[in-house]
Amino acid sequence: MAQLKNVLEKPSSFYDVFLRKPDKYQQDTHYCPGCGHGILHKLIAEAIDDFGIADRTIMISPVGCSVFVYYYFDTGNFQVAHGRAPAVATGIKRNHPDSIVISYQGDGDLGAIGGNNILQAANRGESITVFFVNNAIYGMTGGQMAPTTLLGQKTMTSPYGRKATWEGYPLKVSELLSTLEAPVYIERVALTYGKELMKARKAVRKAIQTQIDGKGFSLVEALSMCPSGWRKTPVDAKKWVKEEMEKTFPLGVYKDITAEREKGSWDRRFEEVPLDKYHELLGLTGKAKEIGGDMSKVEEKYRNPEFLIAGFGGQGVLLLGKALAETGMRHNWNSTWIPSYGPEMRGGTANCHVKISDKKIGSPVVDNPDVLIVLNQPSLDKFEKDLKPGGLLIYNTTMIHKKPTRTDIDILPMPASEMADKLGSLRVANMVIIGAIIEKTKLFDLDVVFDTLNNIVSHKKFIPMNIDAINKGIEYVKNYKG
Amino acid sequence: MPSIEVHTDHCKGCGLCVDICPANVIEFSKEINNLGYHPAQYKGEGCTGCTLCFYTCPEPDAIVVHRKD
Repeated sequence: MAQLKNVLEKPSSFYDVFLRKPDKYQQDTHYCPGCGHGILHKLIAEAIDDFGIADRTIMISPVGCSVFVYYYFDTGNFQVAHGRAPAVATGIKRNHPDSIVISYQGDGDLGAIGGNNILQAANRGESITVFFVNNAIYGMTGGQMAPTTLLGQKTMTSPYGRKATWEGYPLKVSELLSTLEAPVYIERVALTYGKELMKARKAVRKAIQTQIDGKGFSLVEALSMCPSGWRKTPVDAKKWVKEEMEKTFPLGVYKDITAEREKGSWDRRFEEVPLDKYHELLGLTGKAKEIGGDMSKVEEKYRNPEFLIAGFGGQGVLLLGKALAETGMRHNWNSTWIPSYGPEMRGGTANCHVKISDKKIGSPVVDNPDVLIVLNQPSLDKFEKDLKPGGLLIYNTTMIHKKPTRTDIDILPMPASEMADKLGSLRVANMVIIGAIIEKTKLFDLDVVFDTLNNIVSHKKFIPMNIDAINKGIEYVKNYKG
Repeated sequence: MPSIEVHTDHCKGCGLCVDICPANVIEFSKEINNLGYHPAQYKGEGCTGCTLCFYTCPEPDAIVVHRKD
């Protein structure tokens, strides 16, 4: 047995005062008397103390009675969408491989709505620790049947007792997950009597140690009392775990290959990818490597610009955005592009958001663009109001007959579709507009734009027509008299 | 001698400690605490310092165990 301190008291990984708790009882949990959650919380907190990992531990609170795990643990905390704790844990762990990520979940969260999440995370062998509280009932919502409810067990929603032919069998999570190859350690314990409690304590510590050692996915399923949901006294509830629950959910180690796994063998660390490798992967050739754009030389209103481009699907809206984003990237700036379109390939409406910046970009979403490009009437009607005051609006007069109404913006009408048609294809209307953007904003090096075309235009024979179109757009702006 | 302390105001009177104590030295108090429960109390002697009451207690700060003096 792991070493015991001389004085056992409230672990310091719990907050001294639970300030996040809205009532005045900020030393006490929100749990009912005799609830197993408090017991497991204490075992986890003690282990975090003893391993000295509080400053790098991140607890994930689920949905269920334990939704407020973050009230109690003086660690990093996330409260996540129902059942999604393993997915969030995956994201955190992979980005912060030195953190200790603990996913704390109940049977509704893990076994029902989050069933596939836990299955996939376990199968990927994420180096996380999952504590799964199985109390055979939905406690928080008032005692409904859970995936782990026993056969014959009466709940609010199985008033005659659970029947296999009607509600299926209790879900045996530990058994199920232990058939997978990736998990390293899976054990079922009970938070009940002396022997069981001490085994539970040992399992909690082992599961956390396994993560510290970088050995992969571990899960401890804890059979836990829900005196309120079961309508029993805490002591009777404990007895019921032993006499009834353990028959369906036998205690024990279901999988343990910790001894065979090398330390750190399931740690996932991103390797720094050299810039050249990126260039190679993205097919960035020609000038791309040498050009370093200088945003400070760009006119202030187009510095770190945000674009919104909208029109019918098939008008090249998305490609236009892609061309801008990739050209931006080739100037060594950061860029983002997100499309938004319906299921139709042609027809329907489409729009995309593009950001280009010499700084890091937080969100790729553009709410108020600096430059708005609209290729059809519905897009103008929809987005005109969103353009920043003083921003640039380019609209396609071939298809937009109701003129923009704002007077606080810079407006460039251009018959983009008509110009494209004259060049031989309506589909290069987007390139005509790119030409206009280049000339208006002076953001890009023209050669880099042409370089970009090689990458994003799939049929090489169309490249000359695209270049023509861009040049036409530039010319149009030069000659435009307003 | 080993002993326990019950922080009366943080006890919800669930009785898990009373039930688990192998030396049978924990009982319910006749008092009603500020949470509205009869809290657990130490009978005053006989604690073996086994720690089970600490581990079975679901509240973070209701029981402290002194394993030695």
